[in-house]
Amino acid sequence: MRLALLLLSLGAALRVAAQPLGLPPVPIPEDNPQTPEKIALGERLFNDVRFSSNGQVACANCHSPSSVFTDSPLKVSVGVDGLTGTRNAPTVVNAAYNLTQFWDGRSPTLEDQALHPFVNPVEMALPSHDPILEVIRADRDYVRDFRRVFGVRAEDIRIEHVTQAIAAFERTLIAGDSPFDRWYFGGDENAISEAAKRGFEVFLTDGRCVSCHTIEHDHALFTDHRFHNIGVGVNAMQDRIEELAKAFLVAKQRGVDVDVAVLSDADTSHLGRFAVTGDLSEIGAFKTPTLRNIAVTAPYMHDGSIATLREVVEHYNNGGVLPAGAPVNPFLSGGIRPLNLTEQQIDDLVAFMESLTSPEFQQLAQPERVSALGAGR
Amino acid sequence: MRMNRRGFLRQTGAVAAAGVLPVSMVRLAFGQEGQDFTFAYISDSHIQHIRGNEFVRNWDQGLKRAVAEALLEPKPDFVVFGGDLAQLGTKAELDHGAEMLSALRYPLYAVMGEHDYYLDLGEYWSELFGDHYYSFDHKGVHFVVLNSVLTYDEWTYHRWETPERRMLEMAGLDNPNGSPFMVGERQREWLRRDLARIPRTTPIVVLSHSPLQKIYKGWNFWTEDAEEVQAILAPFEKVTVLYGHVHQIQYNQIGSISFHSVMATAWPWPYPETYAHSGAYVPVMTVPMNRADPFNERDATGWQFIDVHTGRVAAHYTLYDNKNRTVAYNAATGRPEDTEYQNPARRIPPQAHY
Repeated sequence: MRLALLLLSLGAALRVAAQPLGLPPVPIPEDNPQTPEKIALGERLFNDVRFSSNGQVACANCHSPSSVFTDSPLKVSVGVDGLTGTRNAPTVVNAAYNLTQFWDGRSPTLEDQALHPFVNPVEMALPSHDPILEVIRADRDYVRDFRRVFGVRAEDIRIEHVTQAIAAFERTLIAGDSPFDRWYFGGDENAISEAAKRGFEVFLTDGRCVSCHTIEHDHALFTDHRFHNIGVGVNAMQDRIEELAKAFLVAKQRGVDVDVAVLSDADTSHLGRFAVTGDLSEIGAFKTPTLRNIAVTAPYMHDGSIATLREVVEHYNNGGVLPAGAPVNPFLSGGIRPLNLTEQQIDDLVAFMESLTSPEFQQLAQPERVSALGAGR
Repeated sequence: MRMNRRGFLRQTGAVAAAGVLPVSMVRLAFGQEGQDFTFAYISDSHIQHIRGNEFVRNWDQGLKRAVAEALLEPKPDFVVFGGDLAQLGTKAELDHGAEMLSALRYPLYAVMGEHDYYLDLGEYWSELFGDHYYSFDHKGVHFVVLNSVLTYDEWTYHRWETPERRMLEMAGLDNPNGSPFMVGERQREWLRRDLARIPRTTPIVVLSHSPLQKIYKGWNFWTEDAEEVQAILAPFEKVTVLYGHVHQIQYNQIGSISFHSVMATAWPWPYPETYAHSGAYVPVMTVPMNRADPFNERDATGWQFIDVHTGRVAAHYTLYDNKNRTVAYNAATGRPEDTEYQNPARRIPPQAHY
């Protein structure tokens, strides 16, 4: 919350505020301009538990400000009545830069994304968006705020206003200025440890990380916005891919809701981007997530199946399997291959990733290894 | 546009019927129910033995992926493996490749590649896959499988001290110690006799490893007796030659004969026009593939579905992490053309400097 409050306190200055070191300007859609009132409204909506079937689940339950807008340390998210989904909640922080939303990119914008959890049976489980509008129209403060922000009367409030406000709030959840940023973009040689600097070299070279977790000359989002089968989830069901992929395509032709299907069945979830596009190249493929604040958002991968950053690196070092020698699925991305990194290189890579934590979240940091400690200051 | 499997079925219908008739209507319109079919074509996997039970992982992954994808919808009538299953023709390599292919639950027709042949002159390959050259009929189409990687007897039988040395000399792409591929007089005579009983109107599909046309001799993108083989095929109204070996998309039309190359699952070759020492004859109608992304070990590799529609072929290239492509016979121009990129204005400019 501190982050949002900080930005809100900037008031009208928000739109001209310099972006944090290491990040580009936040893209703002023309049809949903930022205003302080809209952002404040969006934050209230984001935290409102009434928009769920049992009145206990808000967006913030799984995207909690105290956990970098994730539900870390949960592996997969918990919705109404303790129901669990199949995917690890991605952070909302810096989601404004994503070209698609959700692990499989099934939603094109923050506005569209916000529509779906309300009505997914394992998330907020409403039968439709109407109950949300009923709550809002019966709430004097909401009615006043919607009129102020969108110029609409109570009976004219639509779900699109709700999602626009939530998206406007989410576009303020921007965090850069990590020790890495201060070193790489800011030129402060003392901002990160020697281990983290060596780790960055591995990141660029033997680790092959930067090919997907991309960086630019003046900023770094650490994602190529593309989808890759890296062997997580799909490895374990590789003998059934043929059967599952066919069954899913048939179900989709019959009109099954992809959003519901992928969150209610683990096998379907592991089909990844294929469930959205039907493209054979994307069986088991998921979106490259940002690496910013990765050290404070464990566990990892779309299913939260890997507990630590070190194990994540080992997964890649083994060529897309964990433990080493386990069978790899035939649809594995061509970029994933055994790396033959040394123990030192693996430690250094972890130290590098631990240097990507923004100051807002530094108090959550618990370095995995003592050697990764010490920012050199 | 990326095309999924269902997408290509739709597109096939569109190519055949100008995008207006549903597929069932197309069949009715041609009055030949059962004459259209699809088969899968996987080629050039180059399975390479290291030692013990270790094989080159990258080549294994390429073949495994093609096999896994070919198992998905729609079901092909059969699968062709287009040659070069092995890298150096050993029993270990051929066995390992055959084991991966055995996951396919479809009839398999195999073509001999030079990497399969020159260690033991195809002896062990024959134990696994049968005759070196043969023919079969499927739904009104006459298929001919040739061993087109033979060469001069002196080179094969007398020049090299060991079979291993002979295999290594033929395995190098640009090795001046190699020798041009050919079908040879004995097999051409068999082909003449095989086709003698076939009506001239029957569609013919020839499966070979080398191109059966002359493209670039330096890399054996070449068949020394191509003109003689073409002359045997020329009297037939609809002939298609499908060949591997070149690890890239090529297509051509010579008289009544359409030529299509197929992709490798192992690695891409550059186009020989980038090699300036002697003439290269990549057919002018070929739209080259975009250059591979060297980070991605599967880029510019792939496999293909072949649709046979009223005796003409549409090759659908499944290209991992790249734009899928379709090269189909265009009845209006009388030659194979890329269905999307033939028009230069629609092409994605290749990266021409590095």
